[in-house]
Amino acid sequence: MDVLEKGSGAVFTDPDPDKLRAFFQTKSRIKKDKTMSLALAVETFVKDGDYLGIGGFGANRTPIAACHEIVRQKKKHLGFAGHTSTHDMQILSAGRVYDRIDMAYGVGLEARGLSGCSRKYLESGEVKVSEWSNYALSIRLQAAAMGVPFLPMRSMLGTDTFRFSGAVAANCPFTGKKMALVPALSPDVSFVHVHEADIYGNARFEGIAVADIELANASKRLVITCERIVPHEEIAREPHKTQIPYFMVDAVCEVPFGAYPGTMPNAYFSDEPHLKEWMAEERDPEAFAQFLEENIYGCKDFQAYIDRNGGMEKMRQLRRREFMTDGEAE
Amino acid sequence: MTDYNQMEMMIVIAARELENGATVGVGTGAPCAAAMLAQKTASPDLVIMFEAGGISPDLPEMPISVGDSRTFCKASMAGSMSTIMSSCARGFVDYTFLGGAQIDMYGNLNSTTIGDWESPKVRLPGSGGANDFASFCWKMMVMTPQDKRRFVEKLDFLTTPGWLEGGDSRKNSGLPENAGPHKIITNMAVMDFEPESKRMRVISLNPGYTFEDVQDNCGFALLRLEDLPVTPAPTREELSILRTQVDPGRVVIGR
Repeated sequence: MDVLEKGSGAVFTDPDPDKLRAFFQTKSRIKKDKTMSLALAVETFVKDGDYLGIGGFGANRTPIAACHEIVRQKKKHLGFAGHTSTHDMQILSAGRVYDRIDMAYGVGLEARGLSGCSRKYLESGEVKVSEWSNYALSIRLQAAAMGVPFLPMRSMLGTDTFRFSGAVAANCPFTGKKMALVPALSPDVSFVHVHEADIYGNARFEGIAVADIELANASKRLVITCERIVPHEEIAREPHKTQIPYFMVDAVCEVPFGAYPGTMPNAYFSDEPHLKEWMAEERDPEAFAQFLEENIYGCKDFQAYIDRNGGMEKMRQLRRREFMTDGEAE
Repeated sequence: MTDYNQMEMMIVIAARELENGATVGVGTGAPCAAAMLAQKTASPDLVIMFEAGGISPDLPEMPISVGDSRTFCKASMAGSMSTIMSSCARGFVDYTFLGGAQIDMYGNLNSTTIGDWESPKVRLPGSGGANDFASFCWKMMVMTPQDKRRFVEKLDFLTTPGWLEGGDSRKNSGLPENAGPHKIITNMAVMDFEPESKRMRVISLNPGYTFEDVQDNCGFALLRLEDLPVTPAPTREELSILRTQVDPGRVVIGR
């Protein structure tokens, strides 16, 4: 296939499937207890310079607790896959933990507006950016998951999104039609937040999958954060519900309300006032530094952050909001 | 005459475009309101899809996020981005509504940067799923206020494809055939695209506006039909359903 056009954006990760295979050849398949604290998981599995994947979509089932911990441990020079990355990107930008990003959607918090701190960080010139579409990132993860170096797709063509991406265009050998070829994306480490997992890492979640299955399959190291750890027998009783099998998983961290202040389907809804507070605090650098100190750096763990922001009573209210029973009498 | 605001007008016009049985990919805000209104009026079997995976939910309220729980509440399926986008890529999805900070005469959209990409004045969110939806969905529509700063001669960044440079340029780009921008709905007018040049063309004027009003609030020369009809105003019934069943919290129509 002759390359017809080439985007000018960087490809931050090596798309060579044999290197990925060689990595997975050495990864342990032993079915052992992988539970640990989130602090230990981040310390053990996130190295400075790693390329990071974050599951979920736009503050929905997003591993926010993991983002806090990465910032708290002051990780540096990470790469980041931003596919509808909203509050997670806001946190990672606040900590300035990444310096290169595959950008499909970031900076914004959807209908809530733009994050001042994400915006400023991207406008600072300190971050190297490649542009993509959301589906392009999910196809790139899918390519890595399939063990192929690229996949063809038909969006991005003809646009600046293509021109500033790391994609190439080539004619299809079967039809002659022009395709965008996107390189496999295999994060060094990813975090996915789920409802339930067993101690080995078999994991399942409710609601939309977004691109989490592709992300889990594509990632070299994978940390599962979960609302609750369930007995393996529970998983084994209904194995068709398992979406991520244990052998892909390096650590299992029980973090109740780990997607707060985002939504966890069938569990709790987003804390909109608190997300607004984040966006308001961002406007003044000094006040924001203080806010981060109180909400992340000065918290010993995510539980302390939740306690600071309303604790169990707040979680109960958000559960009622999720089930839309908050208008009803107690 | 029934009283209504400009957002209500745009939502009602957009809803009328969505026929029963069609599929539509939407985001949050006005497009979602238009799809919900269509469902509650002429198109009960309109299939609403959200890019994060929700398929044909019974939306209990306006979603805040394209992936929040409401987007798959009492839905046919809580799928994945791939479920939705691959369906779009295979030609299953008829309509989508998109927006951006800038739009040009071919319906191309910018949601990436204001100013130079290398050193932007404002960094915006980027494509998200917009580029994919616009590439794949048969008919792409835009609802946006008529404003010179939005309707520009040249985009700062072409995030999402319209008819690209007009004529056959979209076809030659490799994008799927026969799909592209369909209608642009503003507070002042409804536009389509002239079939040969693929340039934006005014096809009806909203009540109270002249062609000159539209042109004065547009940064490029608009084509027009010789005889411009008046866009039918929202009916009492449409407004009542929009206000009481679609957006009682006035999240969108109160903007």
